[in-house]
Amino acid sequence: MATRGFTGRGRSGSEAERIPPGQHLVEDFPVLSAGPTPRIYPEKWSFTLKIGPKPVKMWSWAEFNALPQTKATRDIHCVTAWSKLNTSWEGVLIDDLLAEAGVEAPTPYLLAHSYDGYSTNVPLADLTGGRAMIALRYEGKPLEPDHGGPARLLVPHLYFWKSAKWINGLQFTERDEPGFWELRGYHIYGDPWREQRYTND
Amino acid sequence: MTDASATRKASVPWQNARIVRIVRQTSRIKSFFFAPPHPFQHLAGQHVDLRLTAPDGYSAVRSYSIASAPGSSGEIELAVERLDDGEVSPFLHEVAEVGDEIELRGPLGGHFIWTAADGGPLLLIGGGSGLVPLMAMIRYRRSIGSDVPTLLLLSSRTWEDVLYRDELLELDSSGDGFSLMLTLTRGVSARSGDYSRRIDAAMIEEALARLPVAPRHVFICGSNPFVNTAADASLAAGLAAPIIRTERYGT
Ligand SMILES: Cc1cc2nc3c(=O)[nH]c(=O)nc-3n(C[C@H](O)[C@H](O)[C@H](O)COP(=O)(O)OP(=O)(O)OC[C@H]3O[C@@H](n4cnc5c(N)ncnc54)[C@H](O)[C@@H]3O)c2cc1C
Repeated sequence: MATRGFTGRGRSGSEAERIPPGQHLVEDFPVLSAGPTPRIYPEKWSFTLKIGPKPVKMWSWAEFNALPQTKATRDIHCVTAWSKLNTSWEGVLIDDLLAEAGVEAPTPYLLAHSYDGYSTNVPLADLTGGRAMIALRYEGKPLEPDHGGPARLLVPHLYFWKSAKWINGLQFTERDEPGFWELRGYHIYGDPWREQRYTND
Repeated sequence: MTDASATRKASVPWQNARIVRIVRQTSRIKSFFFAPPHPFQHLAGQHVDLRLTAPDGYSAVRSYSIASAPGSSGEIELAVERLDDGEVSPFLHEVAEVGDEIELRGPLGGHFIWTAADGGPLLLIGGGSGLVPLMAMIRYRRSIGSDVPTLLLLSSRTWEDVLYRDELLELDSSGDGFSLMLTLTRGVSARSGDYSRRIDAAMIEEALARLPVAPRHVFICGSNPFVNTAADASLAAGLAAPIIRTERYGT
């Protein structure tokens, strides 16, 4: 249904095809999170990989930074309807992380866990093949606390709540288990191109 | 890909909701009352999405908190602040009229909500139009006759910019356990005991002192910088992170 009198702001020209339906471009970097921004000091930071309840590998900040670091420039899409093009990130690909731990594919699903108790589910297939990383740097600088620093998940092809801030672990699960926002009305998968914003969209 | 087997409810549908009333609240905020053809029950703190579509198919989606209390009339009140260089809020302020149909879906959001069963006391902290979801909680609390001690710390620019000012002042004087603390960042309050500065830890401490016992839930809503300041001040005042819920309106 066309809205009477609405023409919309200028279309984004050649960039238009990079913007999923219902999204609009922003230049700044808005913030969305469920509670206060936690301050996590790198000396206290650690990252744990689990298969079910069982920890299989843990890294300190120094160990994590010694893993192969990869750069990626990606478009990101937030469920609150903003998109930002060409954001540049640096961090550890999930492929490299799993290889380092000697883990392949014990189950097809994972949960990402964060320092603030937040969790989000992502299928393994969406984390591997160079599609996702644990990002430590944004636009060439250490990731700020507001944007998930010291480390956040980056899964740019899904709505951005899937890119869990303040991440401290990944856990393989038997089933696709809904995480924090998924239990609170947001879509289980979150593909921006199919506008999977809320449960069962 | 996959579907949650546990949660096979239908998706929340879009509907064409008619604007039945528009009320100017402050120089920058107007309330829009919608009558969705398929009325829905929301929880205090939830939001709706609006979708505006241009003749060429281009569409813009924005979220707006519901200001009305659950279970009122089937009407939904939204209170929208005009951002001068924005796309949707100036459209609503300047172009939208009573009788227009706007696509809307809701209720949405399952985190920034308060129900009677959650209990209290409540500390609500709002900046500008960030009052909106808190107002739904305040109105809901009133409508069910709850006596949960509730303190609203509201930051606005000036006395004239205080959204729902008369309603809040009246509730404040009703003696039912609700109290209002105002802070004006660019003005002076007409009441004594209010503040004229940005929110800080000292102010949160004074807010806590006005509650009979420590709050069980803290809700903070407003622009991102406002929420950061208020959340950090709350932590500095000794409140625990897990009881603090935030809603950020973007930049
Ligand atoms: C859960 C939730 C609930 C909300 N509830 C409310 C509410 O109750 N009331 C309320 O008023 N708001 C609410 N908001 C905010 C609302 O969704 C919109 O973000 C807000 O109305 C601004 O939208 P807009 O289209 O007018 O501005 P936008 O076009 O989105 O622009 C926002 C700002 O970004 C800048 N900007 C970004 N890109 C451009 C560009 N290309 N050109 C020019 N400027 C640009 C502008 O400075 C502008 O001020 C809520 C947000 C969320 C997430």
